[in-house]
Amino acid sequence: MSSDPQKTSANFPAFEFKSGVITVPVLNVLSTDINVISHQLREKINQAPEFFKNSSLLIDLQALDDQELNLAALVDTIRNAEMVPIGIRGATAEQKHAAKDLMLPVMSAQRSTPAAPVEPAAKTITAPVVNDESASDKATTSIVGNTVIRQPVRSGQRIYVKGDLTIIAQVSAGAEIMAEGSIHVYGTLRGRALAGVQGDEGAGIFCSDLQAELVSIAGNYRISEDIDDAVRHAPVHIYLDKQALLINKI
Amino acid sequence: MARIIVVTSGKGGVGKTTTSAAIAMGLAKKGFKTAVIDFDVGLRNLDLIMGCERRVVYDFVNVINGEATLNQALIKDKRCNQLFILPASQTRDKDALTKEGVGKILKELSKTFKYIICDSPAGIERGANLAMYFADDAFVVTNPEVASVRDSDRMLGILSSKSQRAENNDEAIKEYLLLSRYNPKRVKLGEMLSVDDVQDILSLHLLGVIPESQSVLTASNSGIPVILDENSDAGQAYTDIVNRYLGEEVPHRFIDENKKGLLGRLFGS
Repeated sequence: MSSDPQKTSANFPAFEFKSGVITVPVLNVLSTDINVISHQLREKINQAPEFFKNSSLLIDLQALDDQELNLAALVDTIRNAEMVPIGIRGATAEQKHAAKDLMLPVMSAQRSTPAAPVEPAAKTITAPVVNDESASDKATTSIVGNTVIRQPVRSGQRIYVKGDLTIIAQVSAGAEIMAEGSIHVYGTLRGRALAGVQGDEGAGIFCSDLQAELVSIAGNYRISEDIDDAVRHAPVHIYLDKQALLINKI
Repeated sequence: MARIIVVTSGKGGVGKTTTSAAIAMGLAKKGFKTAVIDFDVGLRNLDLIMGCERRVVYDFVNVINGEATLNQALIKDKRCNQLFILPASQTRDKDALTKEGVGKILKELSKTFKYIICDSPAGIERGANLAMYFADDAFVVTNPEVASVRDSDRMLGILSSKSQRAENNDEAIKEYLLLSRYNPKRVKLGEMLSVDDVQDILSLHLLGVIPESQSVLTASNSGIPVILDENSDAGQAYTDIVNRYLGEEVPHRFIDENKKGLLGRLFGS
């Protein structure tokens, strides 16, 4: 993991750029009347003052449909309410200009209409998707989290899950199991297993008896022919280390 | 309410029709009113194996199309009055079968019959899909060789996903393994997969092993379901299978060569 400090001390990186995702409250502005906004905002904050204090806030103007708004006054109001605006989105050209003067970053608007949110609806573990697939080669999608399958996955079946996949049965030759997260097979793995299919290099494949036709993590794959005899018919952990697919006995 | 059994395999030539005929005759001889339906439209064989090919007037497709009633098309077996055969049409193809039509016929048969055996065609197309769609139980006929085992595995996947029970989220179809054309001698020589090998791949409840036997061919050619040949090993294997299916505890035989002594003892008792 760590690099040798002696070698790299001269040009040791002082920082690194990473993309991260945070959740911030969004203030959907529905009115252009600053007085009304100010009044209602104060009422809201009074309900839970500690929760809103110094909270960062993204201002979303999309709902205004390009109506004019005194952005400076709005920002003042928010600051007076002890909240910290960190950017705007869904703004008109003029509002964007005003934001620049206020040193507020302009974010790209989320162009999803209310009907479009693609949130995978349920947070429940639905019945195993085994049932969905056989002849058709359309992949099935399950929900993020862990999906547990208790019946054998038969030849010709395909399973696709967004999160992790746990199978408490065998996976037959000619079956294909795919997960955006890790795959666990408590049984013989004879088919194809592809973990981290959306590029998660931290994903792994675990199985109690490896006889797979193909194993892959984040696109790095190995076919049956290239799997070492030493790890065949054994319980193994398959993972990615610096783009190299490693198969270790557990 | 009838119990609908599909006899299926995926691969052709493994013994589906032989098994359908034998099981149907076995259940009927136990006193259960049984119908056996040939779903292999265009490649009709069941009538030959049952020895009723000269009495076919109307067929399955005629009934679906409303050109004949069910009673007109059903052929009563001459050896057992509890057994009826619904032959396939030889002049049509599998597209003549419709889900609604098949469903209607099975529903009507269910009123008076105890068991309905659906003899599935090979493959995973329309005929095979409709044969298994309404099933309660599935007899998966497999030969001890890799291609047959893999096709059976594929069929099992379809059974668990494309049947009416799967679509309605009802209790799953009960799946049973019937290993046919088994030859312990060749297993020993490593020329054939063993029962354990097949079980390992399919992990399925073994209903019975049918030994490779000359009597099957003889019986087929003379139109007598092999189960009626009580002296043959295959006939006895099917009798065991029917008994096991009906809930009797019958020890497995024909798996090992050296158990032939046991066979003799069992037969004597």
